Amino acid sequence: MSTSPSKPPARPRRVALFVTCLVDLFRPSVGFAAVKLLEDAGCTVDVPPAQVCCGQPAYNTGDRATTRAIAAQVIDAFEGYDAVVAPSGSCGGMLSHHYPGLFDDDPAMKARAQNLADRSYELIAFLVDVLGVRDVAARYDGRVTYHDSCSGLRELGVKAQPRNLLGSVKGLELREMKTPEVCCGFGGTFCVKYPEISNAMVGEKSADIASTGADTLLAGDLGCLMNMAGKLQREGSAIRVRHVAEVLAGMGDLPAIGEPERS
Amino acid sequence: MESTAHAFKANVDHALADPNLQDSLAKLKVGFSERRRQAAERLPEFEALRDRARDIKNHTLAHLDFYLEEFERKVIGLGGHVHWAPTAADARRIIAELCQSVNARTVAKSKSMVAEEIALNEHLEALGIAPIETDLGEYIIQLRNEPPSHIIAPAVHLTKDQVADTFLEHHAKLGFDKRLTERNDLVAEARYVLRQKFLDADVGLTGANFLVAETGSSMLVTNEGNADLSNTLPRMHIVLASIEKVIPTLEDAAVLLRVLARSATGQESSAYTTLNTGPKKREDLDGPEQYHVVLLDNGRSSVLGTEMQDILRCIRCGACMNHCPVYGAVGGHAYGWVYPGPMGAVLTPQLVGVEEASNLPNASTFCGRCESVCPVRIPLPKLMRHWREREFEKHLTPKAVRQGLAMWSFAARRPALYRKLTAMANRVLALFGRADGRYRALPLASGWTRFRDFPAPQPGGTFHARWAKRKA
Repeated sequence: MSTSPSKPPARPRRVALFVTCLVDLFRPSVGFAAVKLLEDAGCTVDVPPAQVCCGQPAYNTGDRATTRAIAAQVIDAFEGYDAVVAPSGSCGGMLSHHYPGLFDDDPAMKARAQNLADRSYELIAFLVDVLGVRDVAARYDGRVTYHDSCSGLRELGVKAQPRNLLGSVKGLELREMKTPEVCCGFGGTFCVKYPEISNAMVGEKSADIASTGADTLLAGDLGCLMNMAGKLQREGSAIRVRHVAEVLAGMGDLPAIGEPERS
Repeated sequence: MESTAHAFKANVDHALADPNLQDSLAKLKVGFSERRRQAAERLPEFEALRDRARDIKNHTLAHLDFYLEEFERKVIGLGGHVHWAPTAADARRIIAELCQSVNARTVAKSKSMVAEEIALNEHLEALGIAPIETDLGEYIIQLRNEPPSHIIAPAVHLTKDQVADTFLEHHAKLGFDKRLTERNDLVAEARYVLRQKFLDADVGLTGANFLVAETGSSMLVTNEGNADLSNTLPRMHIVLASIEKVIPTLEDAAVLLRVLARSATGQESSAYTTLNTGPKKREDLDGPEQYHVVLLDNGRSSVLGTEMQDILRCIRCGACMNHCPVYGAVGGHAYGWVYPGPMGAVLTPQLVGVEEASNLPNASTFCGRCESVCPVRIPLPKLMRHWREREFEKHLTPKAVRQGLAMWSFAARRPALYRKLTAMANRVLALFGRADGRYRALPLASGWTRFRDFPAPQPGGTFHARWAKRKA
């Protein structure tokens, strides 16, 4: 998998948010954090209502026909925007690296898919690489460790960008894991199709997280975060788990993933 | 080797409950990947070499018939013989007949995954010919009557203590009745026991890392030198190799060798790199009188020209399994056949049938670490996904998965309906999870909640519902 080069030089203004199905259903604050970060960087943000999911559940199960149908729906919904931004490397990678290959037998659709792919980004990489954001105004008093989610890291080259922005958050201390690049064991449907293997993987991950002494775990993909949060909480750990966008947007005081609302 | 790939899930349970295996895997995960990383960093042109290695293999695969015939011509010119084996059964028969032609009682074997693939040892034993594994790892698992669990480190699943027990059990009758605890002592004992077997062997059988078309040479890399004893001491040398091992030139071999050892063990080069080029010539001091190459197809030619062709670039370095978190959790035996890890998850369905091996390409998170270290840049996740597509087309995907997917996709293709359903799910999950913020058990989600808590949604509605309100 290659790292995509930084794309258009012109500063994209009209940005569409690809919310992702997990953020929509489980943690809307990640979406609002993304909107805030984009607006702070000077973008106008729109949320096309016809979006649902990027199609990975079908794609990774081998159901190409359904994947194509969903991809076509996404391509329609996001036509005309300067950029399409997802608070997820996995969904962002699906749009920017996998959609064109779905339409090898349909040149017209392939061109449209490629056009979308060329405009699609993971949120943090977009802020840093395209918009040139160097710092944020947030504060977060805590020791933080950052997990590199697989698609963001290996398909999109998201590695330094979140660390650079986290470096500008006041009060935040970053503590690296021994193996931040090893998969957490989520893998979409993998985690329920092969729960024992997934559990072994996330168990190893939680041990690595705990050994850093951090009080907070951050990452850029909600699926991985829910998996790691669920494991840490089952183990009785007090480590809080949040999406990196929430901390960067100054929303780090919300109840963490899997924590109840404070009354 | 009899496949147990169909029993993958049971194999996994067994592997996760084996403390010795888990000990061994913990060491493997750190050791191999760290050494490979350092080796790659020490060589500035490593990434460029990976591109060249990929291109060499792609070129060869595009002209495979030409290079195989060229190789055959060269071997015959050197006084050797080439035998074409379309199937595993053909290869077994050819090798058995060669052994019988010299009345062989024993065959000294150096490590060959292709020999495992065709279950050669069982076949020879049934004919009264004793195969003797001379690679230390292969020798250990032969004593234990186990299959290899890794393509370059066949006994990597065992701890040193297990090896010590195995040696005591099998070597006591040879006079070695002290249980050894030091690594070097174990190696020395194996070396002593094996040395006489090399001298007694009638036939030496080796695999090949590469077959060089321009010279007719077979090329082997080892760290133990056992292959060199296998192919120089006995009267007959048989090389068993699959057809995709051929490459055009020695120059190409140099490129591939540079990425092979670094990717496999982090070495700059393996301790021994041996070229075998025909039988003993008149002026040679040693070497085999007869030199035979058995070229195995076993379904590989049917992969040419398909979406799976990239897997034929594989040079069997083992980097994909060394970096695979799934292999790292369950080890090689769980995969149930000769080739484990990501390359096995692609190759095994091809060689034993996707019905038998349907779990293997599914048991991956598509984390992509395998592809990121593959020396010939095989897009392993993509190939695993192709298998999933074929399984879906053949209705091999489990019924529960298909039904769940069908329901989800019905809704996902109707945004308005999807909004209603997610709003409902959000409300219910948020309401009942409000007190704790998470669930310790959830109906229909036991795969998740057996091992993890399930986070409840934030209260206040879905993102889209809240966004619509904000815009209104």
